[in-house]
Amino acid sequence: MAESIATRAAYGEFLVEEGARNKNLVVMDADLSGSTKTNGFAKACPERFFNMGIAEQNLMGAAAGLALSGKTVCASTFAMFASGRAFEIIRNSIGYTGANVKVCATHAGITVGEDGASHQTFEDIALMRTIPGMTVVNPSDAASTKILMRQVVEMEGPCYVRLGRASVPVFYDDYANITLGKGNVLRQGKDITVIATGIMVSSAMMAASQLAEEGIDVRVIDMHTIKPIDEEIIIEAANETGKIVTAEEHSVIGGLGSAVAEVVTRNCPVKIAMVGQHDTYGESGKPDELREKYGMTAADIVNAVRGLY
Amino acid sequence: MKRENKEYYEKIASRVRVDIIKAIYEAGSGHPGGSLSAADIMTALYFGEMTINPKKPQMPDRDRFVLSKGHAVPAQYAVLAERGYFPVEDIMTLRKLGSNFQGHGNMHYVPGIEMSTGSLGQGFSASIGMALAGKMDHSQGRVYVLLGDGELQEGIVWEAAMAAAHYKLNNLTAFVDWNGLQIDGENDKVMTVRPIDEKFGAFGWNVLRVNGHDFDEIFAAIDEAKLMKNKPTLILCRTVKGKGVSFMENQAGWHGKAPNEEEAKKAVAELGGEW
Repeated sequence: MAESIATRAAYGEFLVEEGARNKNLVVMDADLSGSTKTNGFAKACPERFFNMGIAEQNLMGAAAGLALSGKTVCASTFAMFASGRAFEIIRNSIGYTGANVKVCATHAGITVGEDGASHQTFEDIALMRTIPGMTVVNPSDAASTKILMRQVVEMEGPCYVRLGRASVPVFYDDYANITLGKGNVLRQGKDITVIATGIMVSSAMMAASQLAEEGIDVRVIDMHTIKPIDEEIIIEAANETGKIVTAEEHSVIGGLGSAVAEVVTRNCPVKIAMVGQHDTYGESGKPDELREKYGMTAADIVNAVRGLY
Repeated sequence: MKRENKEYYEKIASRVRVDIIKAIYEAGSGHPGGSLSAADIMTALYFGEMTINPKKPQMPDRDRFVLSKGHAVPAQYAVLAERGYFPVEDIMTLRKLGSNFQGHGNMHYVPGIEMSTGSLGQGFSASIGMALAGKMDHSQGRVYVLLGDGELQEGIVWEAAMAAAHYKLNNLTAFVDWNGLQIDGENDKVMTVRPIDEKFGAFGWNVLRVNGHDFDEIFAAIDEAKLMKNKPTLILCRTVKGKGVSFMENQAGWHGKAPNEEEAKKAVAELGGEW
């Protein structure tokens, strides 16, 4: 059984490592440093950590000011408040200015769990990818979080990184060949392609193993970068496998499924089924119970594949 | 910085006001009222205070100015032009398709603009980040930011105000252009912002009050702010919306309306300019 680590925990470890090496890195938070895991950096580099209190708008506005003064800024809070409450600040002060701010938002999606609907965002990928110049990243496990964060910090300009609360299986190794902006084919297959992002990637791998026993040869792609999206890998999958299932811990409106559909309809129309949150709010419960109730498990991917196959 | 007498700055401010009227007339839209009320504050900063270099707008350790009430950008364009950042003729393309002189300032198009603003409150928030960065870098540069009074109704302003005091940003000086009017009418009728001084005082700021059209008072307050050891300073500037143009003064209707040719000519004449 693979080790299980939350992507937010990997993010926290990355910040401490990067902070020791990169003196230009500034980290900001809005009173959630214990949850977003920025507290390790706060302890290691207190002179470069700013807690802005429970004030997400000013978190983003001040992050822009620091970045426009030459700093590389990682600004963290829960995804709901980063992308939702502070949307317009991110759009105008970070996006429009091209500020070098990495909005690293944790507790995205249904796996927030017991906190319930007010804290479970399914809209953040949709909101963030409409902002011109914004890179949108949703790592699938702890190892790839660190690998991608390194590239996110090195690139110039605004970026949204979606991280989770719950522990998820680690399936990449620490030196995996992962490139920002390039999808990763984790499993070759010729019958159908599952394009997944975030914590749905490991579910997609489980689904593919199960479907292989039924004789369905499933290709699995980790689409960790949702914007700019890897069009080539999508077109290739559409042409070679003829059918696509998308899987995300996010609304099927505006997220990965929509992004894939935008590419497919323009280039190589094929049928797409979307696994994700279907236009509804969440509720309190354990992450696994919620994934089951709202249809975001390996079994849901299996069903979606069967439905299309 | 060695300063001239106040008549020197008043003359520059009159030229700035003429530029504002002409640019907004050429654009056919824009915000004359709040540009005219803020013109003296910006003239004081750019001509009598800030360490800047129009030939090197990105000079390290420069003082920075953020126009948080971004709709008054015609005043900033005019001040920057008069200060030598670019020719005054350039700003007559204000608000035209393809112009660098956007309806609200864009930092990537116009040298001297430190922050793209327009959505109220955000410039103030960005100035907090700039002041934090200045502290980290032990920069000699100060950060100046100008807010409107109506702008104070934005929630982010108070988030930012709290943070500035918490981090003891004595390298930050904020101005409020208190002309008392906003789009829908008087502040007091739309949404009371008073007492501005007591509110900022309660948030932990050093607060000074001046006549925002008296250069001696403005400079005295700017100098006093620099002596503060552990607090940001707010300079509450009592101003007249539409200042300098008789028929625009204290008229909320001139918040966001361009003058026609006759009105523009009359305004320019009142300001002692040539059409």
